[in-house]
Amino acid sequence: MTSETSQAGNTGFAIVDELKARFGEANLVVQPTLTGMPVVWVAREQLIEVMHFVQQVRKPFVMLYDLHGVDERLRMHRSGLPPADFTVFYQLMSLERNSELMIKVALHEDDLRVPTLCNVYLNANWYEREVFDMFGIEFTGHPHLTRMLMPPTWHGHPLRKDYPARATEFDPYTLTMEGQDREQEALRFNPEEWGMKRQSGDTDYMFLNLGPNHPSVHGVFRIALQLDGEEVVDCVPDIGYHHRGAEKMAERQSWHSYIPYTDRIDYTGGVMNNLPYILATEKLAGITVTPRAETIRVMMSEMFRINSHLLFLGTFLQDLGAMSPVFYTFSDRQRAYYVIEAITGFRMHPAWFRIGGVAHDLPRGWDRLVREFLDWMPPRLDEYERAMMDNSIVRERTVNIATHTTAEALTWGVTGPNLRATGLKYDLRKAKPYSGYENFDFDIPVGTNGDVFDRGMLRIEEMRQSLRIIEQCLKNMPEGDYKADHPLTTPPPRDKMLQHIETLITHFLQVSWGPVLKPNESFQMIEATKGLNSYYLTSDGNTMSYRTRIRTPSFAHLQHIPAVINGGFVPDLIAHLGSIDFVMADVDR
Amino acid sequence: MSWMSTDVLLAITVGVLKAIVILLAAVLSGAFLTVIERRLLGLWQDRYGPNRVGIFGSGQLIADMIKIFFKEDWIPPFADRKLFVLAPAIAFASLLLSFLVIPITPGWGVADLNIGILFFFAMAGINVYAVLFGGYASANKYALIGAMRASAQTLSYEVFIGLSLMGVVAMTGSFNMRDIVNGQEGLWYIVPQFFGFLTFLIAGVAVTHRAPFDQPEAEQEIADGYHVEYSSMKFGMFFIGEYVGIVLVSALLTTLFMGGWHGPLLPPIVWFLLKTSFFVMLFVLARAALPRPRYDRVMQFGWKFCLPLTLINLLVTGVVVLLTA
Repeated sequence: MTSETSQAGNTGFAIVDELKARFGEANLVVQPTLTGMPVVWVAREQLIEVMHFVQQVRKPFVMLYDLHGVDERLRMHRSGLPPADFTVFYQLMSLERNSELMIKVALHEDDLRVPTLCNVYLNANWYEREVFDMFGIEFTGHPHLTRMLMPPTWHGHPLRKDYPARATEFDPYTLTMEGQDREQEALRFNPEEWGMKRQSGDTDYMFLNLGPNHPSVHGVFRIALQLDGEEVVDCVPDIGYHHRGAEKMAERQSWHSYIPYTDRIDYTGGVMNNLPYILATEKLAGITVTPRAETIRVMMSEMFRINSHLLFLGTFLQDLGAMSPVFYTFSDRQRAYYVIEAITGFRMHPAWFRIGGVAHDLPRGWDRLVREFLDWMPPRLDEYERAMMDNSIVRERTVNIATHTTAEALTWGVTGPNLRATGLKYDLRKAKPYSGYENFDFDIPVGTNGDVFDRGMLRIEEMRQSLRIIEQCLKNMPEGDYKADHPLTTPPPRDKMLQHIETLITHFLQVSWGPVLKPNESFQMIEATKGLNSYYLTSDGNTMSYRTRIRTPSFAHLQHIPAVINGGFVPDLIAHLGSIDFVMADVDR
Repeated sequence: MSWMSTDVLLAITVGVLKAIVILLAAVLSGAFLTVIERRLLGLWQDRYGPNRVGIFGSGQLIADMIKIFFKEDWIPPFADRKLFVLAPAIAFASLLLSFLVIPITPGWGVADLNIGILFFFAMAGINVYAVLFGGYASANKYALIGAMRASAQTLSYEVFIGLSLMGVVAMTGSFNMRDIVNGQEGLWYIVPQFFGFLTFLIAGVAVTHRAPFDQPEAEQEIADGYHVEYSSMKFGMFFIGEYVGIVLVSALLTTLFMGGWHGPLLPPIVWFLLKTSFFVMLFVLARAALPRPRYDRVMQFGWKFCLPLTLINLLVTGVVVLLTA
């Protein structure tokens, strides 16, 4: 590490000095947190200026990674922070600095307005719409500030603290025939609303509503297409059909009992979803887990990465019209499930990581199962490459289709394999290793064109690298405990529980109320199956999270679609949708 | 009415009975293909396929039929009723009628038309209306796109489906199918007319909208295209019609290029069935193995590759026929 990045064990705090030098120390409040990045409060009036500055500073913050809000009204522990009823936070990423930066703006209830960031960072658009939807904060100057996740007819802003979290707090839901007609009418796509023309010259455009029920939208994604023949002139993605309020639920669940909810965010990622949440929680609790727990977590996460990529490969090729590969990849997935089932006792949603470790130790004979899987996969991957990726029709459908450059990808917040397909060698497991990834030897596959083909090939190569990682886990699985010996480990190690009354009480409290974590904020980002996934946790010294922000990669990838696909054909759109590998739960949360 | 002798009446009765047998056989083989295809796909896709109803899934067809007959026969309120009902009938009938001209064995066959091949072209042409009507009458954008694709595709491919067979016609000197089969007694036309065979195979797949030329009903893109609004037996007729189409094109390939019923040792009917089943399997295998090319590429492939190839083939055949005559 260079001296520049080593301050306080955290990287990239130099930007704070740069900001102070430019805007004056009095105008900024630096908030100490456990997030590992500088958190700086700025005044609303200076926001745009600050954003321009960090975007153009030496070693710039090229990507708006996340943007969301917090309802601060019920927060007890916020001494030293500017008074605020609501906060909007902006998280930026700099690849050259290998660090993030969080900018916060304090807002007051009677004046919930912030200037829009759409002109500085393009991808602020959807995030701002979501914040408007969830908190009712208005972004002045936003080109299309409408609800993002909730239906257009919705009343209220769900993430506000005064908005009920449980169905029993509402009147029972009813829907009359008239109500149904009204809801459906509200969903009708209106081209004029989006500044689209119905005709141009002698062309009448056709507006095609693709989804939310359509075989190739991988769930309930809707995209309205403006078509000239089969050419996509423009398109408007519409999301929210899979919104379950995962972030709101986090405010009602104990730190421990929220783990299963995380499994269902990227539902093909299984326990890998637990990882950022667990790691962020452990930062709040101050737990250091054992090497064995870390290695088990890495191994299981990589199992799920392979599992997810296999699902991707099968459905991706199916979207190109090849009907057979999906059956082959699914029988491979079954092989992976033999291992996952034996170790975790579950298949899709094991919810198996725990605060301070994992749920169980590895069962006897796990090594034989893992070995069998490791022997099974490589020839199959070679076969997929030979039979499908070398197929001339597949190449014709994918090469130079829906291409985007690294710069475009960063502008739109594209991460993970879709970013690496453009040729950028950025993998968080190397850039900012977590959970012991620094101990593993693996390569970062990259593409060249950033087209559909590269995105497919890259994931086959990533599976090979994941197999390498699993093999190293198998060979070097450390001995020791699978749970950390720490008072906040939940549930506490059982052998320490029945010794005397004190440990018994601790155990009882932890499994009934759940652990109480000190007030602070923490953050963990991981290289998930589909890109960068992170949990930003705010603890107010309670058994539950005060605010849980889940940043998912697919959200950004969907926002990116119009920029890549306009001018292409409908089949290209389908190929692109297949290649970016999204699941709607990962978009809507 | 002196010509109405017992001999003539008997001949007519036998002819009608034979025609009914062939009709039933064609429809049933089309229907059975729905199950056979799924079993074959299962075999090639590392899974079982339908194997639960009866021994080895043999009762699956009956189960499917019962299901499809009892489904709600729903006509969308926004549809053009007449055309909507007419479309599946055309789809089913046009290809089935083409079986008329196929000589199965020396003794079996419905009609001995001297314009046999042309009759098939005519029926294949009419078949486009089924898709067109279906897509138009459904008043559904997906169906419309599917119909648009289908009509453009079929029109382009029908241009050279005719030309691809002209080599065969030139070599035989007749449009009559029976003459064509008899002309292959020594050498099957697949050898001298190999390019004709290839282009006819490709065009045949395109006419039946089978993978990899299933753009009109591409599930992943336009959600089943022109028959997206159809249900129950109306959908069933499109569905079975497609399989009848497969059997028809396979039978045509057998008749026109593979020597029809000719073959050593085994009886003619067995040879005919064997050869036809081979091509049917080929259809299924293509579906299991190939991804779907983009629609505009299919059109390019038709106009820029297949059409010139058939023209060259026809030219060369013509020269050879002239020289040897």
